[in-house]
Amino acid sequence: MPEASTAPEGVKVEVSAGAEGRRRVSVCAGTACVFAGSMKIHDEFVARIAEAGLQDQVEVSIIGCHGLCSQGPLAVVSDGDTYYPRLKLKDVKTVVEEHLAGGDVVEKLLYVDPSTGERIACSHDIPFYKAQHRIALRDVGVINPESLDEYLARGGYEAARKALTTMTPEQLVQEVLDSGLRGRGGAGFPTGMKWKFAAASPGDTKYIICNGDEGDPGAFMDASIMDGDPHAVLEGMLIGSYAIGAHDGYIYVRAEYPLAVKRLRLAIAAAEERGLLGDDALGSGWSFHLKIKEGAGAFVCGEETALIASIEGKRGMPRTRPPFPAVSGLWGKPTNINNVETWANVPWIVANGATVYAAFGGDACKGTKAFSLAGKIVNGGLVEVPMGSTLRHVIFDVGGGIKGGKAFKAVQLGGPSGGCVPASLLDTPVDYESLAATGAIMGSGGMVVADDSTCMVDLAKFFLQFTQNESCGKCVPCRLGTKRMLEILTRITEGNGEEGDIERLESMALIIKKTSLCGLGQTAPNPVLTTIRYFREEYRQHIDEHRCPALSCEALIAYVVDADACTGCTLCAKKCPVDAATGTKKAPHVIDQALCIRCDACRAACKFDAVKVVSGPEEIAAAVRAQHT
Amino acid sequence: MPRREATPAPAEQAAAAPELDVDLSRVHELVGEIDPHGNLIALLQRTQEHYGYLPEPVVDEIARLSGVPASRIYGIITFYAQFTTVPTGRHKCFVCHGTACHVAGATRITEALEQELAVGDGETRADLEFTLGSVACMGACSQAPVMRIDDDTYGNLSADETRKIAHKLLEQVAAEQGGGSDA
Repeated sequence: MPEASTAPEGVKVEVSAGAEGRRRVSVCAGTACVFAGSMKIHDEFVARIAEAGLQDQVEVSIIGCHGLCSQGPLAVVSDGDTYYPRLKLKDVKTVVEEHLAGGDVVEKLLYVDPSTGERIACSHDIPFYKAQHRIALRDVGVINPESLDEYLARGGYEAARKALTTMTPEQLVQEVLDSGLRGRGGAGFPTGMKWKFAAASPGDTKYIICNGDEGDPGAFMDASIMDGDPHAVLEGMLIGSYAIGAHDGYIYVRAEYPLAVKRLRLAIAAAEERGLLGDDALGSGWSFHLKIKEGAGAFVCGEETALIASIEGKRGMPRTRPPFPAVSGLWGKPTNINNVETWANVPWIVANGATVYAAFGGDACKGTKAFSLAGKIVNGGLVEVPMGSTLRHVIFDVGGGIKGGKAFKAVQLGGPSGGCVPASLLDTPVDYESLAATGAIMGSGGMVVADDSTCMVDLAKFFLQFTQNESCGKCVPCRLGTKRMLEILTRITEGNGEEGDIERLESMALIIKKTSLCGLGQTAPNPVLTTIRYFREEYRQHIDEHRCPALSCEALIAYVVDADACTGCTLCAKKCPVDAATGTKKAPHVIDQALCIRCDACRAACKFDAVKVVSGPEEIAAAVRAQHT
Repeated sequence: MPRREATPAPAEQAAAAPELDVDLSRVHELVGEIDPHGNLIALLQRTQEHYGYLPEPVVDEIARLSGVPASRIYGIITFYAQFTTVPTGRHKCFVCHGTACHVAGATRITEALEQELAVGDGETRADLEFTLGSVACMGACSQAPVMRIDDDTYGNLSADETRKIAHKLLEQVAAEQGGGSDA
């Protein structure tokens, strides 16, 4: 497994412990775990620990996203960082009685390594965590995000103290330049350069902004940092404010992230109360005030000029650049915008030095990058790896490969602005230039893995539907061009594709890329172009043969019963919501094609694998005939 | 998110509620607290939090008090997905249609809810019991497909499971109506 570099010393995640030497149960309260019911697990721990009379020895705490979301809800017990995944309510009692009271690790509840079948007790020994290097995510899933003390206990605000009391703004800008840090929002512009421009811009009033408008579906790294380690963002911005000369800053948070808003508010209030933010921050004489702006639901606001318009209370529509925000940004003043992950890296760079940071990664890109891994992958969750690691490393070594032992088909990178990378390019290193060469982009870091049941035409349509819906409407290529492209894709997935459609899509895509006003339109055709580039045959099959090889496009598939496999158990008939599946007990059932809505309920329910999905006019006709014989 | 056209049980779209007697006192307070010129989005967010939506008399009142033209306010309301000018249902059901949920079959989850709750995607039922909507991504990708009904979250859903959850919700609503406890 090729890795671009070895880790410098001293960056391992420390063992988490409770206050005053108390033992601690840390329950993951990241979004995915909350969906899996982790808050009920948390409450159950509190109740059971009280019941066992252990409340003075053991504290129960919440932590931000621990990373391995597919194992949620999960908890970590501080002695030995014992890792208990997929907890059920009844398991809590067992952990409290056997582990917390009895002192024995509960073997049967430990994580099972899917590749070896072995049980692993300590979270750091799990391959998913071992294969990562965490800088931006250093405290996410380790500390209680609502506790400033826990952040301080891990060296929090020491970097800011160093910056504000021992360094000049010029030295700081140079430090960030030397680190090689580039914009983690996806565009990859050198952060130090951006700071330099804003710092050099004339004017007394300047602003800095944190872009927390993480809108790509399938990406949740920035959310995890904001609600898992909010002070890292605050500290990074405090350092940046001093380097650039801005006394006011804004964090723009996506409307759909109420938890991030809550935690950031708590963090700002706590930091102001302790004199870490505000007038005379850290007693340095430097003043920096930070406000939160909540978005109102518009993907385009992730674009910096649109985001600025939105903070000003206007429609979030982008404008042409130049002037760049470094010259004329918020309310016409010099403004520096960086993304959440970029800001979170800053304190670590200042604390450990640019050279240590730059030791991670390859020649072109330094440092590490956080990704959210999702889709048909074993270890779905939040990961951080050195730049230059290969996609194969991320997907197979960290991600554990494809669910259900299926074959890898493609990985979608960078959301609606990105593209699909096929198996033949799995050894592509993760850095801005290498990924751009595949037609995809680094983007903010969403990685959605597809197996052979994912239709590439449908996936392209899904993203175009998204961008079409989110187009602000200001420029014609994006507003109308994406609509026309979506119409073509829709007819292809419905079996009405025409000869020449692929070429039409390609030529429109290039025009839209070249002529759109902002990044949204300029990148919107990427999912279509990459799927055509790598999966042209799949488009052809939809158009020429009216067949969806992934058995996914509803208009091109049929559900039929395999009479030989059907035992007549009647389960499909019971589950069918439209009474399309019928039959008598112990006799093969049939599915009425005129009634079937292709909801998949019968196939999901069948214990004998007797419900088949077929595609292509001849195959469907033959399978339907066979049902009745 | 895009609305699907084929709704199996077409529900009547909730008509604009009678708005004649909207209490405007809260608007007066909020316009005093939040500057409508520099901070219009926050003002509308707080207003919608109070009223549940942005009724026409409320928008007119903000325009009258602040001098910001109503057309500009509607420009904001229609641009951002969060704002609505029609009332929403008592129970709000949101299905995640992020990438991970899409490849895990989110469309089938939405279809199951459309059928069981008799309400189209992006719509509110005429009796104001249910609003069904789609969200671009809830960030719970590893539990895909996921949905949220009011304050409850559900992960790893199947169409069948979703129908069961919908049935429970319907029973709960029927019990409330039958018991007459809910005004």
